[in-house]
Amino acid sequence: MVAVPGRWDTVLSQMDDLFAKELLVVMGKGGVGKTTVAAALGIAAAERGLRTILAEVGARQDAARSLGLDGDGTDSRETVVGGGLHHISIDPERAMQEYLVDQLPLRALADALAASRLFTYLAAATPGLRELLTVGKVWELAQPERRTPGAEPYDLVILDAPATGHGLALLQAPRTFAATARVGPIARQGDKIDATLRDPGRTAVILVTTPEETPVSETLVLRAALREQLGHEPDAVIVNSLLPERLNGAEMRAVDVALAAIGASGGAADAANVVADPSHRHRRPALLAAHARETRVHKQRAQLRRLRRALDGDVRVITLPLLITANLGSAEIAELSRRLR
Amino acid sequence: MSTMAERLDGRRIVIVAGAGGVGKTTTAAAIGLGLAAQGKRVAVITIDPARRLADALGLEALDNEPRRVDPARLEAGGAHVSGELWAMMLDAKRTFDDLIERLAPDAAARDEILGNRIYQELSSAVAGSHEFTAIAKLYDLDREGGFDVLILDTPPSRNALDFLDAPDRLMQFFEGRALKAFLAPTGLAAKLVSRGTAAVFSVLRRITGVNLLNDIGVFFRALGGIMDGFRERAAGVRTLLADPGTTFVLVSSPERQPIAEAIHFAGKLREAHLRVGALIVNRVSPGVADSGPPDADAIAALRTALATELAAPLARKVAQALTEARVLAGRDAASITRLQEAVGPSPALLVPQLGDDVHDLTALARIQRHLFASPAEREELMRAAGGLA
Repeated sequence: MVAVPGRWDTVLSQMDDLFAKELLVVMGKGGVGKTTVAAALGIAAAERGLRTILAEVGARQDAARSLGLDGDGTDSRETVVGGGLHHISIDPERAMQEYLVDQLPLRALADALAASRLFTYLAAATPGLRELLTVGKVWELAQPERRTPGAEPYDLVILDAPATGHGLALLQAPRTFAATARVGPIARQGDKIDATLRDPGRTAVILVTTPEETPVSETLVLRAALREQLGHEPDAVIVNSLLPERLNGAEMRAVDVALAAIGASGGAADAANVVADPSHRHRRPALLAAHARETRVHKQRAQLRRLRRALDGDVRVITLPLLITANLGSAEIAELSRRLR
Repeated sequence: MSTMAERLDGRRIVIVAGAGGVGKTTTAAAIGLGLAAQGKRVAVITIDPARRLADALGLEALDNEPRRVDPARLEAGGAHVSGELWAMMLDAKRTFDDLIERLAPDAAARDEILGNRIYQELSSAVAGSHEFTAIAKLYDLDREGGFDVLILDTPPSRNALDFLDAPDRLMQFFEGRALKAFLAPTGLAAKLVSRGTAAVFSVLRRITGVNLLNDIGVFFRALGGIMDGFRERAAGVRTLLADPGTTFVLVSSPERQPIAEAIHFAGKLREAHLRVGALIVNRVSPGVADSGPPDADAIAALRTALATELAAPLARKVAQALTEARVLAGRDAASITRLQEAVGPSPALLVPQLGDDVHDLTALARIQRHLFASPAEREELMRAAGGLA
């Protein structure tokens, strides 16, 4: 796909302040390319020289696969991807164990507890504790002094948050928990984590969407929920999979005229043409493809306009192109990351 | 075994699973529409439908009971339904409350549980309650027997199939020694005599800072009273899932991640000895069955052919559009092949990208036609979509 010179220049300066935060939370509806964008952001940040870690939760390995890591090998440990980029898949059970080791005087006691089925079950039944431990681990990664023994601090943590509802629950957990617990170490910690999440100087929230009706609608709902929950706007909306406009109005009409001449159903005349001259074989499919593409472009533009109108200039909108390649692999993610540098 | 109707013949429970964002709810509704068109009385249980689809189905009332979709509305949307289509949006909290109400031995036990803080948080806020309540509701509707077919749209999460082993896990826990000791009817103090349990609670209190001890004690004691009911239901759910009348429909889109997730789900189902009745891939490039992108010679010939009626720059762009469409279609075809190889013998049903999001009954009826078409009709529809999408 041909890059549009000039368009991305604005993006360069737009990313500066985002990469200056401690934590980037990437949220969005399922299926919009959230993980791909989070991985591209990770590569872009690392290429700027930031020691960066991309975190995913719930013991998933999607971001790991996007980065070309062998999914099973990472086992919820901090893994080097290369070039200053790291990856972790956070498993709440392991986070709990780490937390116990950190909080309790005796390692043996911590291990015994973590192995106790009653404890595990009650911990799982304690409302929001799983979410709290997960987001607590993300927070711990972002600390200038790491709780994890021997661990180096990171300049930037990028969280590939779970899809919409589960993602919100994750961000809400520290506050809910602090409010329920009121006193004690977890309440204090919950307050601290919550303060970090709400501090626009330290945490940025990025919403990923595609320029389609339902994802745009959900993005706007998510934005309202975030405003209510965090008390501020998301820092950016990244619109993924945007098709560049290629035909102008006159060209579009010319395509339609040519299609009409062939006839909507393919037509006997066209079939005769194909027989007479095989170079006509691709003519109709090509015209249809061009027509379909531009129709999609117009629908996408309409949704992009709708998004921009609703955000009313309060949230920056960054677009990423649909990459038309045979595979979506690390080369494509690297290509997207170049556009986010 | 290649039309949807054949694949679902004789099934009374259809569970639709897949990654978030692949059109699961739409597919569940379209399957419901198709079966209703065959004269069946069908209920579709949805979890969190997109706003406009919910409106289209008349789901604005959130009362946790199936409501009939207005036949006049269906007719207006071009769906000719000789049976009945019903739909409901699941209210997890309410389903939980209903369950407790039904299982509690008396009003006092019921109120104790419903008023318990742990229960309140568990039943509404906690991720996973959707998975649990969805299957609970399905089980109840099946027992009530008011419908020919029930279609369950599962929650959009990786753990959507947690309910497969949830009953067993729950039972194992309740039958475990630790809990039995804890539930012994001799009061809280007696339970804490066991040093292990006491340590667990003191640490839990210390690190959470919540005096949840009382709440937890009350919760589990009260739950103990409804254990027999739970046990019976867990066994019932297990039987229901394994019943030959139950089938799973896996839904995906052609992107890499949803395909990986569908393969993951298929593996979980196989482990549990449950059957996948149909595999559906939505939003496929219409040209998925076409040959690959034209080579340089073909492109040159195409541009010459186009140049008879289009200006040269436009001819070039049109030729490029064909190449791009074929590349994208090839990408989809490769994903579908991967899915097909991993999931198994019966071919995936492909639904083309239809250009618009599906949120009205007309669009739903179009999806239904794709799903329920004969193979020949489907090919024809796919070709037509190539000209429309």
